[in-house]
Amino acid sequence: MPSPCRPSEATAAVSVGSAAAPVASRPRRVVVLGIGNTILCDEGVGVHAALALRERHALPDGVEVIDGGTAGMELLDALAGIDLLVVLDAVKARRSPGTLVRLVGAEVPVFFRSKLSPHQVSICDVLASLEFSGHAPRDLVLVGVQPESLELGLELTPTVARSVPALVQAAVRELAARGVQLLARDAALAVA
Amino acid sequence: MAQRITIDPITRIEGHLRIDVDVDGGRVKKAWSSGQMWRGVELILLGRDPRDAWAITQRICGVCTTVHAIASVRAVENALQMEVPLNAQYIRNLIILAHAVHDHIVHFYHLSALDWVDVTSALKADPDATARLAESLSSWHGNGKFEMRAVKERLAGFVSGGQLGIFTNGYWGHPAMKLPPEVNLLAVAHYLQALDIQRRANKIVSILGSKTPHIQNVAVGGVSNAISTDSQSALGVERLMAIKGYIDELADFVKNVYLVDVAAVGAFYADWTKYGAGVTNYLAVPDIPLDTKGTQFALPGGYIENRSLDSFKPIKTFSDEFWVKGVAESAKHSWYEGSAALHPYKGETKPQYTDFKDDGKYSWLKSPTFYGKPAQVGPLARVLCMLAAGHEPTKKYATAALDTVSALAKTKVGLDAMHSTIGRHAARAVSCAVQVDMLADQWNLLVANIAKGDVKTYNKPTFPKGEITGQGYHEAPRGALSHWVVIEDGKIKNYQCVVPSTWNACPRNEKDEAGPYEASLVDNPVADPEKPLEVLRTVHSFDPCIACAIHLTDTENGSAITVQAK
Repeated sequence: MPSPCRPSEATAAVSVGSAAAPVASRPRRVVVLGIGNTILCDEGVGVHAALALRERHALPDGVEVIDGGTAGMELLDALAGIDLLVVLDAVKARRSPGTLVRLVGAEVPVFFRSKLSPHQVSICDVLASLEFSGHAPRDLVLVGVQPESLELGLELTPTVARSVPALVQAAVRELAARGVQLLARDAALAVA
Repeated sequence: MAQRITIDPITRIEGHLRIDVDVDGGRVKKAWSSGQMWRGVELILLGRDPRDAWAITQRICGVCTTVHAIASVRAVENALQMEVPLNAQYIRNLIILAHAVHDHIVHFYHLSALDWVDVTSALKADPDATARLAESLSSWHGNGKFEMRAVKERLAGFVSGGQLGIFTNGYWGHPAMKLPPEVNLLAVAHYLQALDIQRRANKIVSILGSKTPHIQNVAVGGVSNAISTDSQSALGVERLMAIKGYIDELADFVKNVYLVDVAAVGAFYADWTKYGAGVTNYLAVPDIPLDTKGTQFALPGGYIENRSLDSFKPIKTFSDEFWVKGVAESAKHSWYEGSAALHPYKGETKPQYTDFKDDGKYSWLKSPTFYGKPAQVGPLARVLCMLAAGHEPTKKYATAALDTVSALAKTKVGLDAMHSTIGRHAARAVSCAVQVDMLADQWNLLVANIAKGDVKTYNKPTFPKGEITGQGYHEAPRGALSHWVVIEDGKIKNYQCVVPSTWNACPRNEKDEAGPYEASLVDNPVADPEKPLEVLRTVHSFDPCIACAIHLTDTENGSAITVQAK
């Protein structure tokens, strides 16, 4: 029923870099969602970053990393009733390729409604449905990268590939700022 | 003088579809359906290992992930003339059916109901009267007056909080909205319940597919699920019982809510049985294989010409020549080189963009034909083919739906009404009821087979030297999907996907005949050219999803949806 997906005239405010203000209570259920189409070069950067994050970090209980691809309503179950959603995505923000971009709270659905995201339609349907049913994520942040190429291809461009570690770190910082600490796997092993 | 309306893009779908209509005297005179982005996944696959194709093709589309995985492994297995272990067939079948049930529920309640349901009107409803109406229609536990009161309250809070904006493209108060307030409120209540229930279908897919949305468990030759009754990590009793629980909940909702709601909405919109028939050649492929070779199917398929069920010709096996030889694709009106209709094994993907030419090339979609004719695919084609094949469960649910419509509309509504915009919704609900029962059947077959001691799930493929060809079809939620592969020395030499939305959303073919979307829009009423709700109703009734038919490109320019009335 909801179709919040009319691309809006409004352009989401785009800020670069800075981390979120800390909040009081640590979110219990957290999803890091990488989205994008991995057969269109940099379009898939969110998925690549999510997988890299999962590979390099030990995830505490309650934190899930999902390769969302270009999925839509199939993500409802995973996102319903969570406390924090961190979206990783390619963002066309008219910056130089590889630049990190950050959106928070209400900017995120606006972003998906605009055509800044190449696959906006499905995710904003999901967020709208969750909103209406009272299961929307309590807190929402998106970190993304300006893509260089959206041509057909399974590989990221070298420029965007180089920014993946920074994107992963940005996601880790967003989580840390909200009291969710991820331990790098090497460190996790050392502790064990 | 005809007025041109351009809707670009059509929302509430995946991908990017543009529809143009010429309207004269409040009616559509001519229509164009245009896929606005280019698909080139075939090119990515060239030279690759055929065993990897399924994982790549399921990235084509976020809505139809599983379907491309299934069609792809079937194509390669067909090329190798492989058998697939029974357990693997049953596990794939369960995934296929759970995905279909999920897709149909979500399509009706969450992606198309807004075309028929006026949310603001629901605020005027008497919740107690809504509950009485609902309880007269079905025994569903979520139909009581307290439920309806709570839903109305939530909706009121939502609207007064200014949040209705998330339902953009809702044409509130449009003259074509006809449901009484109580029915609108009922639809909103079931919308919310459907949000909850659809998650059960998703859970089945994720238990069996190891992961969702992109399943991980299929392989050329079977599935990678290990079956064991005493291992925690394998598919065992506990997981199978969880799946059974979800199936039962889904069946309750589909039969007592979805099927009933579609009949009720259909009864109030009986005039929409007169619009939207379009192309009445119907094509559905059989699915839910019951043997290792793909010669017996639980869900029959075939071809019906010119709406005559008597003309039905079945497609019988995964290698049926009637199917394999019948498919061709033309690029005469598509932005590719060439115009002749080519068989998918010979298919080419060479872009030739020309801008939108009304009488020339105007779409990134090719135009598929079956023995030279356009054909409609999807739930309506599926249901009509199953009826023609004498499929008893389909007869049962189709009769039940039509009886409910007739009772509510106080006039006899017969099968002929199905060839229409609203008929496609009804057919989808009938199909969903059949498939949710089939889900239980497949579960029983899997459990019985495991109980016999058979735990085999995989046969290893071996690739010969030289060239082989194969096609894999799958009756996906949106209809007949097929992948066509040419393999040389174990590497992919050619790959073509003929997807459901290409059959339906295609431009004119090599003989300039309109495709199903285009034909179905002709004669549709349009009350207000600025708000072409009626056009959206007909297009949405096909459950358009063209992310797989086409691909995304530039999005920086053109920030707004345009409904241009010129």
